[in-house]
Amino acid sequence: MLAGTFLGIHAAYWNVTLLKLLLGVGFALLGAGAFVQVFLFKAVSHLQSRLGPMESGPHGSLQLMAEVLKFIQKEDVFPAKADRWVFAGAPFVVIMSTLMIYVVIPIGPRGVVANLDVGILYALAVSSISVIGVLMAGWASANKYSLIGALRAAGQLIAYELPLVLAVVGVVMQSGSLSLQQIVAGQAHFKLFGVQGLGLFAIPQIAGFFIFMVSAQAELTQTPFDMPVAESELVAGYMTEYTGLRFLIFFIGEFATAFALAGLAAVLFLGGWWLPGMGAHWGSAAWMRELVGGGVMFVKVMVLGFIIFWVRFTLPRFREDQLQAFAWKFLIPLALGDILVTGIAKVAVRA
Amino acid sequence: MPERPQLPESVERAVQVPLGIVKGLKATFMTMLQPAVTVQYPREKEAIAPRARGVISLVEDNCTVCMLCARQCPDWCIYIEGHKDREPPRREGGKPRTVSKLDRFDIDYGLCMYCGICVEVCPFDALHWSPEFEYAEPSIADLLHDKTRLGQWEQTVPEAPALEVGAEAPKGKKK
Repeated sequence: MLAGTFLGIHAAYWNVTLLKLLLGVGFALLGAGAFVQVFLFKAVSHLQSRLGPMESGPHGSLQLMAEVLKFIQKEDVFPAKADRWVFAGAPFVVIMSTLMIYVVIPIGPRGVVANLDVGILYALAVSSISVIGVLMAGWASANKYSLIGALRAAGQLIAYELPLVLAVVGVVMQSGSLSLQQIVAGQAHFKLFGVQGLGLFAIPQIAGFFIFMVSAQAELTQTPFDMPVAESELVAGYMTEYTGLRFLIFFIGEFATAFALAGLAAVLFLGGWWLPGMGAHWGSAAWMRELVGGGVMFVKVMVLGFIIFWVRFTLPRFREDQLQAFAWKFLIPLALGDILVTGIAKVAVRA
Repeated sequence: MPERPQLPESVERAVQVPLGIVKGLKATFMTMLQPAVTVQYPREKEAIAPRARGVISLVEDNCTVCMLCARQCPDWCIYIEGHKDREPPRREGGKPRTVSKLDRFDIDYGLCMYCGICVEVCPFDALHWSPEFEYAEPSIADLLHDKTRLGQWEQTVPEAPALEVGAEAPKGKKK
């Protein structure tokens, strides 16, 4: 019989797979829920001098539950001229692309579903599948607002995919690996000016970190890059015709992707589950290391998530041509320059 | 702020745009650190301005059924009915007086647009603004307040503010 190992648990292969599946989907849902409840409902309200939801549970803490229940109850409406199968399938394509990113994000020394050697390449590749789902949704809705929204989304996601990937190249060059666990280890070993903590790639790769966060904001279609769902122009872009559970899936997809990209940024630039000062044999037991690692990772993801929502609720929306010009004329040349400088430094210093 | 020398436009923008973004981010972050301005209404109440236009109250004794308010009302939401009555003379041996008695004075708050013209035109100070606003009803017909109910609002009318220094003294009024 096939056997597998996960988090130090030896069991039958299908048991381990099931465990990985449940944990992966569970983390995606909890992550999206945490972002929506903590940031979208509460923190953002305070940024605008409001209180946000207060009635459901203490300080509105059960608001998320109420929202999900509301969406589940709603009727699943199909527009009369919609392409039914494509319309029905689009949200699942989007959420699938999101869930697949969770496969490679490490939250502890062994806390990763699959430690792929090409982890970061895989994560960036599957994250761009969501464009297909968005185009499917826009085309199948038989609604011009949906179609314009989907085309804007496609143009934007492709334009910002490029600086996102190029920003990662600098990190990959510096750590010498595409595996996310190796990138974490690389940051633990790398010392800038002989100080361990300065080795977090956010400091030598500060330009890359900036480009990654800006591009991630655009990939998530969060303001100031929310042209595809600009409510004052396009109703809700490609989500206009969606109701109930299918809309909920789009919604979860958006915030689970935000959690995943914040997770990737935390791993690439802030050392993931590792903190300066943790030696090779920190923690007394293996399960302790997973637990502490998960906690450290969660804090970093929440800090990056706050930055995403902070920017979202501060800046006004770009115009479509400014949005494209910002990617092609500013971010991509900057990223290419960053790669050049990283390459020269790598050869010159032989770190 | 001291004047800076003017730089070329492209350089100026390259400086101003990031500065503007940082300024905006700082503004929202500082807002987050301060308590929210929201008031949790049914449980706590905002301090309302004393001269707020909440509801119109009626002093029945001051009303002479002159109908000025009803005729000026843009919405025609004031309904007045009255009759002439005889009162005994004020002095011994005088003529009996004819007075107007108020039978009905209704304001339909379902129609009222809170312009305050009736309060302005009343020559005998029978109508006043009260800041009370919590008189919503499940049925729109119940928004018609009769003269008893309008008279009860009088208790919530705040004192008129003191006159400014050097203002003309108010003319003598009928008590």
